[in-house]
Amino acid sequence: MGKKLISMTVNGQTHEVAVEPRQLLIHTLREELGLTGSHIGCETSHCGACTVDFNGESVKSCTLLAVQADGADILTVEGLANDGVLHPVQEGFTEKHGLQCGFCTPGMMIRAYRLLQENPNPSEEEIRTGISGNLCRCTGYQNIVRAVQYAAEKLSAE
Amino acid sequence: MATPAEEIKDPVDGIGCSRKRKEDARFIQGKGNYTDDLKLPGTVFGAFVRSPIAHGRVVSINKEPALAHPGVLAVLTAEDLAPLSLHWMPTLAGDKQMVLADGKVCFQQQEVAFVIAEDRYVAADAIELVEVEYEELPVIIDGRRAMDDDAPVIRDDLEGQTEGAHGERIHANHIFRWDVGDAEATDKAFDTAPITVSEDISYQRVHPCPLETCGCVSNFDKISGELTVYLTSQAPHVVRTVVSMLSGIAESKVHVIAPDIGGGFGNKVGVYPGYVCAIVGSIVLGRPVKWIESRVENLAATAFARDYHMHGEIAADENGRIQALRVNVLADHGAFDACADPSKFPAGLFSIVTGSYDIPSAFARVDGVYSNKAPGGVAYRCSFRVTEASYLIERMMDVLAHKLGVDPAEIRSRNFIKAEQFPYTSCLGWEYDSGDYHTAMNQALEAVDYEGLRKEQAEKRANGDLMGIGVAFFTEIVGAGPTKNCDILGIGMIDSCEIRVHPTGSVIARLGTKSQGQGHETTYAQIIATELGIPSDDIQIEEGDTATAPYGLGTYGSRSTPVGGAAAARAARKVKDKARKIAAAMMEVSPADLDWDTDRFIVKGLPDQSRTIKEIAMAAYQHLPEGLEQGLEAVEYYDPPNFTYPFGAYLCVVDIDRYTGEVKIRRFYALDDCGTRINPMIIEGQVHGGLTEALAIALGQELSFDEDGNILSASFMDYFLPTAVETPHWETDFTVTPSPHHPIGAKGVGESPNVGGVSAISNAVIDAFAHKGVTHLQMPHTAYSVWKTINELGINQ
Repeated sequence: MGKKLISMTVNGQTHEVAVEPRQLLIHTLREELGLTGSHIGCETSHCGACTVDFNGESVKSCTLLAVQADGADILTVEGLANDGVLHPVQEGFTEKHGLQCGFCTPGMMIRAYRLLQENPNPSEEEIRTGISGNLCRCTGYQNIVRAVQYAAEKLSAE
Repeated sequence: MATPAEEIKDPVDGIGCSRKRKEDARFIQGKGNYTDDLKLPGTVFGAFVRSPIAHGRVVSINKEPALAHPGVLAVLTAEDLAPLSLHWMPTLAGDKQMVLADGKVCFQQQEVAFVIAEDRYVAADAIELVEVEYEELPVIIDGRRAMDDDAPVIRDDLEGQTEGAHGERIHANHIFRWDVGDAEATDKAFDTAPITVSEDISYQRVHPCPLETCGCVSNFDKISGELTVYLTSQAPHVVRTVVSMLSGIAESKVHVIAPDIGGGFGNKVGVYPGYVCAIVGSIVLGRPVKWIESRVENLAATAFARDYHMHGEIAADENGRIQALRVNVLADHGAFDACADPSKFPAGLFSIVTGSYDIPSAFARVDGVYSNKAPGGVAYRCSFRVTEASYLIERMMDVLAHKLGVDPAEIRSRNFIKAEQFPYTSCLGWEYDSGDYHTAMNQALEAVDYEGLRKEQAEKRANGDLMGIGVAFFTEIVGAGPTKNCDILGIGMIDSCEIRVHPTGSVIARLGTKSQGQGHETTYAQIIATELGIPSDDIQIEEGDTATAPYGLGTYGSRSTPVGGAAAARAARKVKDKARKIAAAMMEVSPADLDWDTDRFIVKGLPDQSRTIKEIAMAAYQHLPEGLEQGLEAVEYYDPPNFTYPFGAYLCVVDIDRYTGEVKIRRFYALDDCGTRINPMIIEGQVHGGLTEALAIALGQELSFDEDGNILSASFMDYFLPTAVETPHWETDFTVTPSPHHPIGAKGVGESPNVGGVSAISNAVIDAFAHKGVTHLQMPHTAYSVWKTINELGINQ
């Protein structure tokens, strides 16, 4: 199958990649760019393990073609920390025990990152609704909520 | 009330302290190392052609069109595996299972052919090109119909075999009959008891469904003859043994590596056809073969849990004191008996069915049958068949309470094993190590203001509202297990720990278990930290690499803390024994003259004469007096003298919308007693997660099928996983009753919340209808199912 050259910015770095038109964005990120932080959990857009920040929105990269990302600005978990300093969302997840097996964590944190920009001071209910596109099988969400609250406080104090 | 994780200040961040997890750093930065993340040079990809029908003969397979497709390297069928005797494989339960369809298919999505291609897209294309012709056969989906006279025979290969791995088979679709207890004494008690109750209680077929599916990368080095398999396994050492037995490759040349695992919950205990095909593929092609299953494949073909259809009966006196328990179970094991139980226990530890109660006699019978559904029978976040047993007795306690008009909490208290009776031997033969059930129950009832809740419920009922209060008390049996009765394929269910203290005083410890999110890198380090007086930050924990870790049976059935944790403590004590000798030599005193304090040995009566473990570590690698060998390390293989018996009291309050049937958990209180608490923060996290899985089972999860055997719940469209919105706030609490036989008194906790949680939530839903004479409703209590009850009762009029 003929490949198409696309260009996208991932974690602040521009990449030119030749992809099959049918290749899913998650596979491009994981296999072409080696960014294996985002995961595949269901292939049907339900679990959110593949969530990336895409032109300022949370997007499930298992149901987007890489060619649709031509020209896009993407943030993955690998780009959350800044010069080795953890983002408050990352800090919150470890401080509040917001992860166990870690498989949903990258998608969950990328979603939380965007949620806190959409709503810097969310209530518990707003956090629960805001992360409801991301499934976690380990934590029961309680400590994820606390992690997001931690990040919200830290970000608003910055 | 909910108790926050207590903050203990500990110089070494050891046992009892809620220290942050050591493993988090890589996960929060996207640097976890899961199986699918692995990219070996030259890797090719495998994918399965699967059966579209639930039962039928395979008339022909034409793989030529697929082989002709560019990028396709091989197509394996049973015919290709037969010369290697790998078209079938033995199961953990003493049965065998087709790796690839050998003449017939026995469940929908069964593995028929394995296509290997240059990339995963080409493999996906090529499976569509394999032409398979089937001749359909009638199906058995409801296991309760499996032993009908006219039932189609599922396992032709067993034709004429009247003996199975666990005794006599009474029907072509029968696997085993397992009886436990005194039938005669039990029958006698029923004949004379003034009160008897009975109920049919099914525990539906569900799936553990970790977020990461199963998969592997197999790499065979043709020159050295070594096989390295990276795979999602909760029990990598057992997999190594099985792979060696199946392949004929010496076990010393087989390396199984379980990297980070994205949740297991029992799903990743077994050996699956994908592993075998990837291994064969890599041997044939001499290239690494990766197989990662899709979610559909995971839900439809890779294990299941429960599917127990139980009939419970209780005989009691007028005061509700139980005299006998009788249970009959029809266990649907699917097309091949691949249940993951200790080999001598075809129904797992189901005989814990007398629960937390002092019951004089009991009898349980379990009949296992084949059906046209996937094999599996794994312990989904519980010890082997313990959640089924616990659900049965906890439902039956409510049925008895209803019959007598006694409160469900009260009926339990009247029958509890008393604190002074421990160690307690149940009539079905288990020796419960320790417990204080009355204290736990009373603490729970007080915490939720139980009396107040019952008053509120009465008022609500007067207004026509539906409010349910679920009471559940559970006792688990975990930490399999003593080698005298527990083995897997002949290997005793020990676990192990090897500790090496380096000259500068930091430590590497390796264990035979394998974390899938439980936080072993942190909790094991805490155990060793307290034992050796070395900060847990300086203790590195490794698991999952069979080439470096000592042999162990893995992580499931809450066995990591009871067995692996015990091995860690005892290995540390061996290290400490040697450290004592070295310290004695350093200070020129007798080892008996030394006392241990936190991180050092002190000469009795001379507090300024001491050597820290750090100083001893350095000395261990220097000149030592004759008779003392250099080095400071130890290995422990731990054979537990008994199981451990965690317990807990759970209370759940639900409000039910009487027009839609929707169930809302208003409050859930969980009191757990897991003995000594190693890291309260991690324990609470385990409880939150287990309760959320319990909620999923009680209110929505079911692997369902139509009458033709088509699976109706093979994606997240149709298989319920709760989101943060459906999940309530969980309240946690605890008591501490240490296990007397465990080196640090710990019992394990990861599975308790699932075991107790399902009963508490289901009891709450049914309790909402108790005033209408309802004694039982089948799970899952979906809105539609509950609405049907409401409608039948006319409550929504």
